[in-house]
Amino acid sequence: MSLFSRLVFRNRRYDDISVSIQEHIDERIDELMEEGMSRNEAERTARRDFGNVALLRERSREVWQWQTLESLLADLKQVFRRLGRSPGFAITVVLTLAIGIGANTAVFSVLNSVLLRPLPYPEPEQLVSLHLNAPGAPGLAEFRSELRLSPSMYLTFAAHNRVFQSLGVWLPGTASITGLAQPEQVNTAQISGGVLETLNVPALHGQLLTAADQDTHGLGRVMLSYGYWQRRFGGDPGVVGRTITVNSQQRIIAGVMPRGFKIVNYDFDLLVPAAFDPANEILGGFAYRGIARLRPGVTVAQANPDVARLLNVWMDSWTNGPGSDSHWYLNWKITPALQPLKETVVGSIHTVLWLVMATIGIVMLIACTNVTNLLLVRADARRQELAVRSALGAGRWRIARELLIESLTLGLLGGAAGVAVAYAGLRLLTAIGPAELPRLSEISLDGRSIAFTLILSVLSGLFFGAIPALRYAPSRQRLALLGATRTASVSRDRQRGRNLLVVAQVSMALVLLIGAVLMIRTFMAMRNVDPGFSNPQSLQVMRLSIPETMVSDPQMVLRMQNNVLDKLAAIPGVSSTGFAASVPMSGAEPNWNGIFIEGKNYERGVLPLRLFNYVSPGYFQTAGTHLVAGRDFTWDEVYNQRPIGILSESLARELWGSPQAAIGKHFREWESMPWHEVVGVVRDVRENGVDQVSPATVYWPSMMHDIYGPGSFDARRTVYFALRTPRAGTQAFINEMQQAVWSVNANLPVAEVSTMQEIFSDSMARTSFTLVMLAIAGTMALALGILGIYGVISYAVSQRTREIGIRMALGAKKSELVWMFVRSALVLTGVGAAIGLGAAAALMRFMQSLLFGISPLDPVTFTCVPVALVAAAALASYLPARRTTAVDPVEALRAE
Amino acid sequence: MAKNHEHRDLFPGALEIMILQSLRLKPMHGYALVRHIKQVSNDLLRVEEGSLYPALQRMLKEGLLEAQTGTSAKGRPTRIYRLTAAGVRHLESEVVSFEKMFAGFTRVLAAAKA
Repeated sequence: MSLFSRLVFRNRRYDDISVSIQEHIDERIDELMEEGMSRNEAERTARRDFGNVALLRERSREVWQWQTLESLLADLKQVFRRLGRSPGFAITVVLTLAIGIGANTAVFSVLNSVLLRPLPYPEPEQLVSLHLNAPGAPGLAEFRSELRLSPSMYLTFAAHNRVFQSLGVWLPGTASITGLAQPEQVNTAQISGGVLETLNVPALHGQLLTAADQDTHGLGRVMLSYGYWQRRFGGDPGVVGRTITVNSQQRIIAGVMPRGFKIVNYDFDLLVPAAFDPANEILGGFAYRGIARLRPGVTVAQANPDVARLLNVWMDSWTNGPGSDSHWYLNWKITPALQPLKETVVGSIHTVLWLVMATIGIVMLIACTNVTNLLLVRADARRQELAVRSALGAGRWRIARELLIESLTLGLLGGAAGVAVAYAGLRLLTAIGPAELPRLSEISLDGRSIAFTLILSVLSGLFFGAIPALRYAPSRQRLALLGATRTASVSRDRQRGRNLLVVAQVSMALVLLIGAVLMIRTFMAMRNVDPGFSNPQSLQVMRLSIPETMVSDPQMVLRMQNNVLDKLAAIPGVSSTGFAASVPMSGAEPNWNGIFIEGKNYERGVLPLRLFNYVSPGYFQTAGTHLVAGRDFTWDEVYNQRPIGILSESLARELWGSPQAAIGKHFREWESMPWHEVVGVVRDVRENGVDQVSPATVYWPSMMHDIYGPGSFDARRTVYFALRTPRAGTQAFINEMQQAVWSVNANLPVAEVSTMQEIFSDSMARTSFTLVMLAIAGTMALALGILGIYGVISYAVSQRTREIGIRMALGAKKSELVWMFVRSALVLTGVGAAIGLGAAAALMRFMQSLLFGISPLDPVTFTCVPVALVAAAALASYLPARRTTAVDPVEALRAE
Repeated sequence: MAKNHEHRDLFPGALEIMILQSLRLKPMHGYALVRHIKQVSNDLLRVEEGSLYPALQRMLKEGLLEAQTGTSAKGRPTRIYRLTAAGVRHLESEVVSFEKMFAGFTRVLAAAKA
């Protein structure tokens, strides 16, 4: 039976029932009249005997209904009718909830996508990253949190491990692609054998790189990422087997990886095989990141000892050259600290995400508290009606149910609207989210997010519905009394509920505001740090690589770079130029090693590790990194490979006590290298971000002697050009830069074009993201809290008009009356602030890792925020309290 | 709500079986049913209207009865209830189980006297 015909059928049943009952009563009346009663008397008796006709009809009809459902529907209809009668209230509540729930859903979606969802590889729980610590390597921690793997480690691990199904190492890098359109620099991942096997994702088209590709004299094949394939080849499957010019070499395209595939969290364009030649490998060369797939049933804790064993095998099997001590690395105390791959992918962002989630959750609580307050006021206005209904026999549960249905309906409406808000919020979040936010492309509203929204809607509905329901569905007698009693003012009992809510709101708002202000102070502290370079907004940066296959002679490389510099310097508006192997905060993989100081004995000592950079003359001046002592390199010195170097101020002080004392001293990296003379000392640079220490840094000329003995030298092939110009960042300037580069060589791709300000901001992205989120949350909390105080005082004033009238009639001064209300608000705020301070003191230590330059219990913040909050509360209560002065005592008393 | 009306029955199913048995004699409308049961039981049993109409609806829904438009003895429109074939079968099986129950009941009472 269709629903429609069923409903028609049912209506006929209902008619039947009514007709039967009516006839029944009529017949009874007839009978009674025959027995001699008057008509009126007979009617009354018949009806009395029959009982409650409406109820009976209802009972009879219930047989045909899905009883509970239909009475729910009836309640629901009532709810909508009531909400329709007060659209202002309904819209306020639904909007408040929509924003609250929407914001929560958006943040939860990010949290879910980034932290909770498994990595997009088969059996991701088996994946680990081969993280090594080297607590015995002094200085390493200044620029790296771990020791990367050397190729010889990979070869040893792959051959002798007992715990992995497969393992591999990889290295992010860049390559020049020519011959397609404009020369282009693309992001490459150089991968050893085992990387693709470990991740275990099949190719979309063609084949995966195989062991044969790892041979130094191998196939020379590459693989494309989905994005690069779409961008450059229009998604043509026929691209497999074609050749592509990578760093001036012909490579065959073996296949295309599927959409969204990344190497750990690295979004590459091109996969290039790493071909290690065991015959030429040494112990060192710690540059590669390792990943592995554990054998089924093996845990990280079980795998660590095996890697520790492998490290000994590694030292036994390889050397750093004749005469070197293979077991010297024991000094570094290298220890394995394997990590589930997900931890590596997610990184430190999880603190921020949980913090933002907690923050937004508190805002939601405050919003719910406000809604509860509104509902309480509403239920209060209905208390007569509820009392009457209760007296007529409505059960406690029946009334509570109705109030709960109303709040649940509001919650669900808010949730539905919240999904739309969440969708918009997600787009905003991914736009302003920190650049380092991993798995950004995976963020979406999925089933779990929707379930979260639903749960949140229902919970919030129950939360703010439960309080009025508990309050207004008490036992009959009490409710009847409540309705019948008319007091001069609101009873303490009724006011107390709202007061508690205000106290809760104020304390939660205070916690959020303290968090927000701590972030603001962190941000300010970071802005005040001298990063070691000046005016980043007028510093233009770009990266340029000259592959060996294009220009093999180091001298020619330097000359080409010099030519590019000259062309760039000739662009109008450029005041100075230079280049360096890495610019601060760019995240480039650092070079590092220890240095020997002339005249010092290093017998069995462990050399502290220093960060290395390679610079051209003019770089320091361009970047605004002042020389503290000595002078810059000259081009003559660089071309002639004069053994000279520049040190960072902290390094000079560490070695020789003062920058001036360092000038003229000598150092070197290898024994086969001539002693290098310190010609200059520059101020410290915050290489890894302003909240990180400045590493002790050695600046070498960009062309210098290398490890292979006298007469052998090499030039840096990938360098960042820096240009000082007020035109930095403009499109016109970038075009001119590009033209200048191509006028030297049309096959040179320009990459990572940005201003230093952008790099700088990116490095602070995590802080500014947290700041923005906390500031938004704090502002919302403050606004809602103030609104709550305003509402409560305003309502109290309106309810106590009669009392005010009496007081005024008895001679109370207006200012005293205003103060009476403001005082009550201040008491509530004071209590709330005190609780909030306690909570903040306990909670802020969770923010420790996000703070910089201030303590989580920063006294300034902990003093100013409560004072400001109390002041705001005083204002919020003063405005409605002032209305008391407008009360005319005569009118007030007559009103009742 | 729905919980109370069962208690107004003599025991579960008694009202139902009386209605079915009465209607088996001849189709009747509601008021006639009440009067019939009262008369036949010599005023010992009285069917309450509050139970009758919901019970009739339940049995209609279960298909034991059907309702027809008709007129009362006084010529007023009403609904006449009639037993269906399913109603007859249900009545017979119920009567059998009731008789068994009464037999058991009687024996227990007799044993108690002895």
